[in-house]
Amino acid sequence: MPVTDVQHDLDTLTLTITADFAAPVRRIWQIYADPRQLEKVWGPPSYPATVVDHDLVPGGRTTYYMTGPEGDKHAGYWLITTVDEPHGFTFDDGFADLDFNPLPEMPVSKNDFTFVEHDGGTRAVYVSTYASAGALQQVLDMGIVEGASLAINQIDNLIAS
Amino acid sequence: MDEVDKDKVDALFHALADRTRRDILRRVLAEEHSVSQLAAKYEMSFAAVQKHVGVLEKAGLLTKRRSGREQLASGDVQAVRSVAAMLTELEHVWRGRIARIDALIAAELDSASDPPQEDRPCP
Repeated sequence: MPVTDVQHDLDTLTLTITADFAAPVRRIWQIYADPRQLEKVWGPPSYPATVVDHDLVPGGRTTYYMTGPEGDKHAGYWLITTVDEPHGFTFDDGFADLDFNPLPEMPVSKNDFTFVEHDGGTRAVYVSTYASAGALQQVLDMGIVEGASLAINQIDNLIAS
Repeated sequence: MDEVDKDKVDALFHALADRTRRDILRRVLAEEHSVSQLAAKYEMSFAAVQKHVGVLEKAGLLTKRRSGREQLASGDVQAVRSVAAMLTELEHVWRGRIARIDALIAAELDSASDPPQEDRPCP
């Protein structure tokens, strides 16, 4: 498995995950820069993501929705805050209505992705921070638990194959 | 995380990995249910529902108490909402994404000898 380290910071509500990929930094960057590749990795198989707009530049906005098994749609957006191509970017990730208007009462997570060369591949560090435990709970209430369980099954399938 | 924590997390994720168990958990978080009340909601045997309740109990997500001939189950809100559990759930979302990136890269390496199939204009 590519995940090499996981840190939970209960005080700052921050999740930090380190993963090593067998591909150059530029290749990992492409996955995030190309909306068609991004949507392949963002949503779990039963909640596939569709990326509508995507502009990986400072101030750029990404809009996406995930479609659930009942055809239910859950929209979100990224607001890109900083970009250091191809070594990383930071963005706010929030919920939106189906016209992609941000839902102000819903939590926003702050995310920092970095990609550095490591042993001929890429070491990626994902840092995701929530403002409050309530915000974290809301995110999970929005169906992420479902998504997580499905993602776990998918990981199991990968390991088994 | 020490081994005990890892076992706890395994039990938690095993418990949440099943749709029926998540549904049972949603019900017992809302209000206390007897196991027979729960069994009536699903097209499966009483014993099967009881087994699901047992898995949730083992993961610390619900507690049972006895009242006469009934077993009453209620969700442990504290366990479900603990920040640690929430971060762990999120961790699995991220692990899913990372596994998909890995699969995407691996699929490419496998077909490296094939001509590129996804030529699209660069932005």
